[in-house]
Amino acid sequence: MPQIGSFTLLLALALAVYSFIAGALALYRKDDRLGETARRAGIACWAAVTIAAFALVLAAFGNDFSVAYILHHSNRDLPIAYKFAALWSGQEGSLLLWAWLLSTYGLVMRLRYKVDPQLTAYASAIVAAVQVFFLLLINFAAHPFGLVSGTIPADGNGLNPLLQYPEMVIHPPMLYLGYVGVTAPFAFALGALIMKYPGEKWIHITRRWTMVAWLFLTCGVFLGAHWAYAVLGWGGYWGWDPVENASILPWLTMTAFLHSVMMQEKRGMMKMWNMWLIFTTFLLAIFGTFLTRSGVVSSVHAFAQSGIGIWFVWFLAIALATCVFFFVRNLETLKSEHRLDSLISRESSFLFNNLVLLVACFAVLWGTLFPVLSEWVTGSKVTVGPPFFNRVNVPIGLFLVFLTGIGPLLAWRQTSWDSLRRNFLWPTIVGVATAIALIAGGMRPWQDSAYFYSLMAISLSALVATTIFGEFWRGGRVIARQQHSSIVSGMVQITRRNTRRYGGYLVHFGIILIVIGFAGLPFNQDKEQELGFGDKMQIGGYTLVCQSYTQDDNPNYGSEWAVLDVYKNGKKIDTMFPERRFYKASEQTSTIVANRSRPNEDLYLVYTGKNLDTGKPIIKAHVNPLVMWIWIGVVVVGLGTVLALIPNWKPTKIRAVEKEREVAETAVKRGAVEVGGD
Amino acid sequence: MLRNRKLIRPVQLLGIAVLAITFMGADVDARFNKLGHQLMCMCGCNQVLLECNHVGCAYSERMRNELTASLEHGDNDSLALQSFVQKYGNTVLSAPTTTGFNRIAWVMPFAVFALASAMTVWLVRLWKSRPVAQPVAHPNLGSEELDELRKRARKETEF
Repeated sequence: MPQIGSFTLLLALALAVYSFIAGALALYRKDDRLGETARRAGIACWAAVTIAAFALVLAAFGNDFSVAYILHHSNRDLPIAYKFAALWSGQEGSLLLWAWLLSTYGLVMRLRYKVDPQLTAYASAIVAAVQVFFLLLINFAAHPFGLVSGTIPADGNGLNPLLQYPEMVIHPPMLYLGYVGVTAPFAFALGALIMKYPGEKWIHITRRWTMVAWLFLTCGVFLGAHWAYAVLGWGGYWGWDPVENASILPWLTMTAFLHSVMMQEKRGMMKMWNMWLIFTTFLLAIFGTFLTRSGVVSSVHAFAQSGIGIWFVWFLAIALATCVFFFVRNLETLKSEHRLDSLISRESSFLFNNLVLLVACFAVLWGTLFPVLSEWVTGSKVTVGPPFFNRVNVPIGLFLVFLTGIGPLLAWRQTSWDSLRRNFLWPTIVGVATAIALIAGGMRPWQDSAYFYSLMAISLSALVATTIFGEFWRGGRVIARQQHSSIVSGMVQITRRNTRRYGGYLVHFGIILIVIGFAGLPFNQDKEQELGFGDKMQIGGYTLVCQSYTQDDNPNYGSEWAVLDVYKNGKKIDTMFPERRFYKASEQTSTIVANRSRPNEDLYLVYTGKNLDTGKPIIKAHVNPLVMWIWIGVVVVGLGTVLALIPNWKPTKIRAVEKEREVAETAVKRGAVEVGGD
Repeated sequence: MLRNRKLIRPVQLLGIAVLAITFMGADVDARFNKLGHQLMCMCGCNQVLLECNHVGCAYSERMRNELTASLEHGDNDSLALQSFVQKYGNTVLSAPTTTGFNRIAWVMPFAVFALASAMTVWLVRLWKSRPVAQPVAHPNLGSEELDELRKRARKETEF
């Protein structure tokens, strides 16, 4: 297997180099036959990388510990699913996964070349160039098929226990699908710039690519948050770790791009801005990979420090220089066709939305890199942890939520004050009423800034939810009146007729649910206590009674766990089993959290260890309000994005009219030809 | 009556002492929680001290005990944090201080936000102030041109 893997990786590199050089030459010489060979080489490159990836997975399944990577990331007793996950659990394997996903995106692009052969040829050459970089990296700097020298050990070191969790089997591929997926819209954008593509068709072509990449990145980021919550056992889901920050940076710029691109499509504006947004997104995706793998910043998630950082620095420099060069050279093709007419318009709301997203991106990047900057300037390193990010980003995030609410209420070009008053009345009433209800319910925003932000988050969420519901209601009412149907049926129809717009609203609604989930954070409670047989712990409205504690053993790990009955208002409502495992191969411990998740709050129990003197387990209990809404919100965001990807449905009448028009146009053309022929 | 008066004073003092102890205790707990979130665990886990949950972590337990001892000793917040900085270095603080070069860390994001907002408003106003094309009087548009205009209006107002 290692030989097959090594050979196919080299072959893939040769094919990628050919695809890039031949593709670029074909475009320069306008040689279609050479271009076709480049396209086919790109497809063959996918086959070669696929075989290499399979070879690594088969080596893991076959316990081939002669391969250093398998020795360090697997062991005989590891369950099959985790042996598969070993593919991306280390530096070399994850880079191979990256290269495979990139070649898969390239494959789809090259198979669908008829959408726009010329633009796809440019994009394909650019993707091939990126492939060359990653294949160079895994062939010469981080080879996944490196062999063990000397005696081959009988068993491997095992997989990191933190990665032995079902979500870890899907979280990294999702995140990588997002990161790598950014390459496709980047390649189309750069290709369009190089060839001075007329019009905005390239935006239509890349829209699906961008949305799919955005969806994967969103799922990847939040699956990571859920994994951290369910596995790490510290009671939180986001720690502002540099690696987490690296994943959110391209997400922020891509979100900005998805919004501002509408201005280019609709009004031919912000062409330069959009070009740079997609360039920045790609560069940030690569930069995030550099951060994770170079050891520049310390992180609990980072891969082992290695020498591949310099490869990324060079690649980033070359990519940036290429973008700047073609941008300056072809600047005249990016002039706006229209100007902004008013500060109070849909266009300027998009502009401010972009501004806030980019400032949030800057704040995260700034906080992540400040320790490096501080060490460089003052010689002393500082920590930039959650308190900094929360204090800086929460107000920015709230402003963004506010814009999410007002944006859809503003008209294109200019909004009159009358229309503003009319559209804002109900959302404002609902927002203010929510704030009053929260204060009446016991929330005291003046006691702590965290409570204030929480109040603002929930009130603004109510305001935005009202605007979204209002949009569905207004659209549905029009259809219902036209067709004498119910308003619900009208709302369904209006959604099907403009999936992009209403899918977008659904995404906004999902974001609002996520914000509500975040708003529960200041009200978290936690308590740690040693619990023997029959001992009780009181937290929030719950009473925990220890029924038993015991231990177990299997070939992969030994475990200890407690059996805790949960009472609320004197009534038993559940039994929970927080657990701690000791993985034999890696000799590491890991906690398995017991979580009772409900819409109002989570009861989250961690078996933190055992008191060596008494032999009793120590349990840490957390009560975390509203967390479930974060995960529900992510599902809604996913559904909204999928809805936005579905083509619009056209009513039979419109379809019939269009068909009639097509037939008439064809007849006219045919008639013209016949007349011309006579 | 006199005896009662004599008793009232000690009872009042006892009440004040109980209240003081109760509230001081609550204050120490709240301060422990607040300061514990301003410190990092130094075991290398990159987690806030009170959130470090590594089984058998050699640092977090000791550091929590040090914090408790410092608060029970009567140190104010600043002194308690300073003793940690002296022992573990600047990286023990979970966020940069608001002094010296570290101030830039806090100022920069808001400065960029303010600057970018001002520039955006200025840009929109600049674009707005440019001359607008005057509408042609009594336009005599054919049906095709009207269709084209309708198509454009639909396109521009679709989202």
